[in-house]
This record gives sequence, C-alpha cells and structure tokens, in this order.
Amino acid sequence: MSHTQDHDFHVPKPSIWPPVSCLGAGLMAFAFVMMVATKSADMPWGALYAQITMVVGLLTLVLGAGKWWCMLIKESRERGYDKVPKVLDLANRYGMVFFIASEVMFFAAFFIAYFYASTFNIVWPPSNIEVLSIELPVINTLLLLSSGATISWAHHALIKGDRKTLVRYTLLTAVLGFIFLGLQMLEYSHAAFAFDSGIYGSAFYLLTGFHGFHVFVGSVMLLVLYKRLKKGDFSQKHHFYFEGAAWYWHFVDVVWIGLFLFVYAL
Amino acid sequence: MATETAKKGFLHYLTTVDHKEIGKMYLISALIFFFIGGAMAWMIRLELFEPGQQLISPDVFNQMTAMHATFMIFFAIIPGLVGFGNYFVPIMVGSPDMAFPRLNNWSFWVMPFAGALMLGSLFVEGGSNAAGWTIYPPLTDKLYSPGVGVDMWILGVHLAGASSILGAINFIVTILNMRAPGMSLFKMPLFVWSWLVTAWLMLIATPVLAGAITMLLTDRNFGTSFFNMAGGGDPVLFQHIFWFYSHPAVYIMILPAFGMISEIIPTFSRKKLFGYSAMVYSMATIAALGLIVWAHHMYTVGMDLVAQTIFMSMTMLIAVPTGVKVFSWMATMWGGRLEFTVAMKYAIGFIALFTLGGLSGVMLAAVPVDYMVHDTYFVVAHIHYVFVAGSFMGLMAGLYYWFPKMSGRKLCEKLGNWHFWLTFVTLNLTFFPMHFLGLMGMPRRIADYNPIWTDMNQIATIGAIGFGLVQLLMVYNVIRASKKGAVAGDNPWEGDTLEWTISSPPTAHNFEKLPVVK
Ligand SMILES: [Cu+2]
Repeated sequence: MSHTQDHDFHVPKPSIWPPVSCLGAGLMAFAFVMMVATKSADMPWGALYAQITMVVGLLTLVLGAGKWWCMLIKESRERGYDKVPKVLDLANRYGMVFFIASEVMFFAAFFIAYFYASTFNIVWPPSNIEVLSIELPVINTLLLLSSGATISWAHHALIKGDRKTLVRYTLLTAVLGFIFLGLQMLEYSHAAFAFDSGIYGSAFYLLTGFHGFHVFVGSVMLLVLYKRLKKGDFSQKHHFYFEGAAWYWHFVDVVWIGLFLFVYAL
Repeated sequence: MATETAKKGFLHYLTTVDHKEIGKMYLISALIFFFIGGAMAWMIRLELFEPGQQLISPDVFNQMTAMHATFMIFFAIIPGLVGFGNYFVPIMVGSPDMAFPRLNNWSFWVMPFAGALMLGSLFVEGGSNAAGWTIYPPLTDKLYSPGVGVDMWILGVHLAGASSILGAINFIVTILNMRAPGMSLFKMPLFVWSWLVTAWLMLIATPVLAGAITMLLTDRNFGTSFFNMAGGGDPVLFQHIFWFYSHPAVYIMILPAFGMISEIIPTFSRKKLFGYSAMVYSMATIAALGLIVWAHHMYTVGMDLVAQTIFMSMTMLIAVPTGVKVFSWMATMWGGRLEFTVAMKYAIGFIALFTLGGLSGVMLAAVPVDYMVHDTYFVVAHIHYVFVAGSFMGLMAGLYYWFPKMSGRKLCEKLGNWHFWLTFVTLNLTFFPMHFLGLMGMPRRIADYNPIWTDMNQIATIGAIGFGLVQLLMVYNVIRASKKGAVAGDNPWEGDTLEWTISSPPTAHNFEKLPVVK
C-alpha cells in the first residue's frame, strides 16, 4: 500500500478460510438433504454418499473455521498482547457480546415453545411422561455453578499474574464442563421418554440438547484457552480471548439455570 | 497503485475482505435473484391472466407464490440493502472498512449456498415449498409436504439467517466502534442510523426465526411434536414464533430504504434534513414497536379478544413515528431548491406510494377490517406497496444516487427518466387493482378464480409484464454507464456526507487520512 495510515485499524489480508468454512456449512446442508431424501427410499448407496458428504462437510467446516482461528491467534501473538490497538480490542468485545445476545434469542425461541406447550396442555408434564428424577440435574447445576466460580478464579489469577493458578483453574473449568456433558448423557440414557414421544420429549431434548451442544463448544473454547495459556499467551491487561470464552461460559451457565428452574424444578 | 489496474480473478473476489467489493457482490447477486423472483412473478401473473388453468399446474403455481416471496425477501431485497450498507456505512462513518472484514466475506459467500438450496428445491421430487413463504405447519408437515423441498427451504433460510446475524453484528460494531474522530452518534448520516436500527432488529429477530424453522425441521424429520396437535403441540405456536421474526423483517427491509431517502431528499432540496433527531427517534420507535406487534398477522386464528385489541392498538401506533418521517421528508422539501434528478424522483415516488402501503397497513391492522380481507389480494396489494413501492423504489433511488460514487460514472439521466416513469406507471397498474380484488374477496395464492375478477387480474398482469420489461432499461443503463457513462467527479450531486469527500470510485481503505468531523 502506498498510502500511510494515520489510524490504528488494521484491515486484515484476504484469506481463503472464511469461504472454505462457507463451503463446509453448505456441504453439510446438502448432506442433510441427501440423508432425508435417502432415508425413506430404498437407497443404501445414496445413504452412504449422504454420510460421506456430511463427514466431508464437517471436516471442511472445522478446517476452515480452525485455520481462521489459528490465523487470528498467530496475528495477535505476532503483534504482542500489550500492543493491541484499543479499537480492535473494543471491536472484539462488542462482537462477542452481540454474538451472545443472538444466542440468547435463539434459546428464547425454544423456551417460548416450552412455556407455550406447558400452558397449552392442561396436564403438564403430560400424563404419559415419567419425569426424570431431580438428583442428576441438581448435581449438574452444582457442577456448572462451580465451573462459573473456577473461571472467575482463573480470571483473578490472570490479572494478578499468578499463571500457575490460572492454568490449573482454566483446565478445571473445562473438565467440569466435560463431566457435565457425561452426566447429561447418563441422564439421557435412562430417560423413559424419547425425542419423538410427544411435545414434552420434543421440548426437553431440544432445549437440553442445544444447551449441551453449547456446553461442548464452550468446553472446546476453554481447552484451546488452556493450550494458549500454557504457551504463555496473553498479558495481565490484554486477554480478550480469555474474557470472551469466560463470557460464553457464563452465558451457558445462565441458560442452564433457566433450564433447571423451568424444566426440572418447577 | 498497480493492483488497481491488474485484472482480478475469481480467487480475488472469493477471498476479498474489501467492504466495497463485498458490497458490490451483494448488489449484483441481489439483481440476479431479483430477476429470478421476477420470472416467478411473471408465471403467477400469466397464469392469472384468465380464470381457469392454462400455463402451470396448481401445485407449481403454489410453489411459485412461495418461492417468489422467498427469493425477493431473502435474496433480493435484504441483500440489496445489505449491499448498499456494506459499501456506504463504513465510508459514511469515516472508517477504512467494516469492523470484521473476514466475517463480512463469510456473510457474503455463504449466500450462494443458501441460494443453491433454494433453487435446487424447485427441481427435487415433489418440488419446493408450496405452502407460501410463511411455511405454516401443518401444510409443511411431512404428511402434506413429503418431499425434501421444504427441508431444503429450511436449510437455505438457516444459511441466509446465519449470514444476516453475523452481518448484523458486523454493522453494529462498525457503527459503534469505527467512527472517525468527531463523528458522534448524533452527527451520523441517517442512512447509518437506519442501519444501526436495522442491524439490531436482525440481531434480535433472526435467531428466533432460526429457532422456529429448526423446530419445524425436527417435526418433519425426527418425529417431534412442536406443531403437531396429535403429540400435544400446536401449529399456532409456529405462527407466533414465525411472525416474531417476520413482522420485524418488514422493517429490516424498509428502514434502510428510509435511510437512503433521508440522504437523497436533503441533497436534492439543497437544505438540511428537517427534524434530524425526530427522524432518529422515530426509527428507533418503529423498530421497538415492530418487535411487539407480530400477532396482527394472526387475528383469525381464534385469538383472545383482548389480545387482538392490544395488538391492533400497538400496530396502529406505528403509524405515528412513520408519519413523523413522512412529514419530515416533506418539510425538508418545503421551500427547498428542488432538483428533479432520477434519484430524487424515485425518492419522491417512494414517499407518495409507500405512504399508500402504510395506509393500507393501518386498515389491515384494524381487527374487523382484517376479518373481512384476511388472506385476500388486499394483503398482497398492501405488502407490494411496501416492498415494491417502498424497498424497491428506495433501492433504485440509492442506485441512481450512489452509482457515480461506486463506478466514477453517472447513469444516463434520460434513460433513468424513462425507467422511473415507466416503473411508476406499471407498478401502480400491477398492484393498485389488487386492492379492489381483495375488497371483492379474491383470496390470494389461488391458481384459478371466479370470472367476475377477470378485468382487474388482466390489468395487473399487463402491468406486471410491463414492470418486468422496464427493469431491463435499468440493467442496460448500468452496463452502459459503467463503460461509457459521463465521468462523475468526486461530488456530482454536491452532497455533504463523507462519501462525497473522497474520490469516485474510492481507493482501497477509503481515506488517506481519517476525516475529522466538526
Ligand atoms: Cu406485520
């Protein structure tokens, strides 16, 4: 570029990875359609092609998004954490907050469906449903609440410069997330109702399933965070990625509290 | 700059992070889908030229009505407005690019896949979604729509929705965070304000649509019962969630057009915009109210009377901030030195005809009136006065206004004049008779009709064929002007927003030095 910049905003170089992840998402959508089309018809080969397309699509998506992510990490490493321009730091924060806001609205649709169904049906939970016992969800609630505490603990350690505690508590948070997922699986395995056994099953599995998926995503973010912390990334003042992951984790936490209150407890 | 003259290949455009290139790609793809959606409108209108069945089967007809709306809403109007937003919002706030340029690239390049799903759905067994763009269950349940067409429709909207949500984040952060020194919020051009408000609507409403169609997808393929009475679900729930997105969607499609008109009217009146802050607040009010009026689409499902009354009053309330805008535009023109360029004509045409769409909207908001004309051509007339006389004319005003900035060359005003007047006439010829058809009770989405409605249908069909042909003038004008149009200069209209302070077309990263706004 021949002109000089008098501002901090750095326009990134063109990159192939965003369109690659678009391709992955597109392939997965087409694979889903192929799966649906070949499910009813007697087409074993078609079903196989559909599955292959789905796997290829998923791998392409993970490749594209992963490389994109790595690129961002590399750039922030090269720049140095204390040299991040204010405008970029703010943009990241705003972006994460609004992304979480959109996720909140996504869950709102399912919560509304749940509330609607629970008032629309005179007997709730429906009489044919044997509701799950509350022990596991109580344990899960405690797990997630303490994971919210451990991530905050880690944050304090980061600000104080205590890297050892920081790394330990970050890993602990991710582990708590995975234990939560394990217990959720356990609960699913002895539920007496299924996804297709009426509205209760539908709402229950869609809500808890999407929440579980978000816990999974959050845990992966925390694992990446753990790896980066071990490599010595971030400074005491500038650690947007840590905060972003922590915000996301708190969001997942809050959704669970809503789930626990309305789906299990009340 | 050497790179400017070098030929840019597909790989360049695939990986570009330049908001101006992405904006142009949005505009071009919107234009292509506009003609695809238009071809479907032609099929609908040709079939309806006479009562009886002539051109297409009723099932194909139903697919055409659904897919015409789908393509026009999700692939023509919204991406068209996003295109202008992408190009001009960063420049107008004095920024070198959008806040997340790579995400911007993602938002664009996921759209071809969404479009391919939609187009592909027309060719699979059983055809595409034939239940209207509103995809109400039970019509879209596996039982009544067994093919994969509806699944493809849902996934296509999912991808387009993801593009919208991430695009919305990009717009909000750009506007909040990337403003040049001195550009305080209340110094921002109204077009920027319109995008700030629109992006909020997208951010809040689009994920809810994603939730609704996800539940429909699981109902269809995994045996859930969200909208299935037999399993304890309720199809009315779908309508609630769907319209929670789709009423604000109308504002997503009209607010940026409001923004463009608010730039064009003052420029060609040689006056400052009348009531700047009232304009800002009225847009915010329209958006806020727009989020809580969704059930006015559902009066006839057997809603509680109190609820109907509340939704009616809220809906009618929206006429107040909208009226503020219309009067402010007129007050801006009052006593100004008006210059009737094609862009200005489109802007004035917008005010006149969009107001008609707004008025029929108030009529439809009234519960007793809606009971009479629900699901008739009156609704079709109303929404086309909003989308064609509103969004489309807004887009055209923007095109004639900003084309010189984007290409460095002016569109031919003479040809543009023909384009405007013929559009104006054929538009009214097409959609005005639909009001009468609706009042006479003709239901929408029918392929055959009672012969008493023939005259009005024939007028509408003639208008629609004309309208489509007239748009070729615009394409010709754009193609010709980009090669040999008169050189525009940096500020052909003597506008005073930031885009007119830089060269036409702007260089990469727009500003050599960040502008300082006083
Ligand atoms: Cu509405």
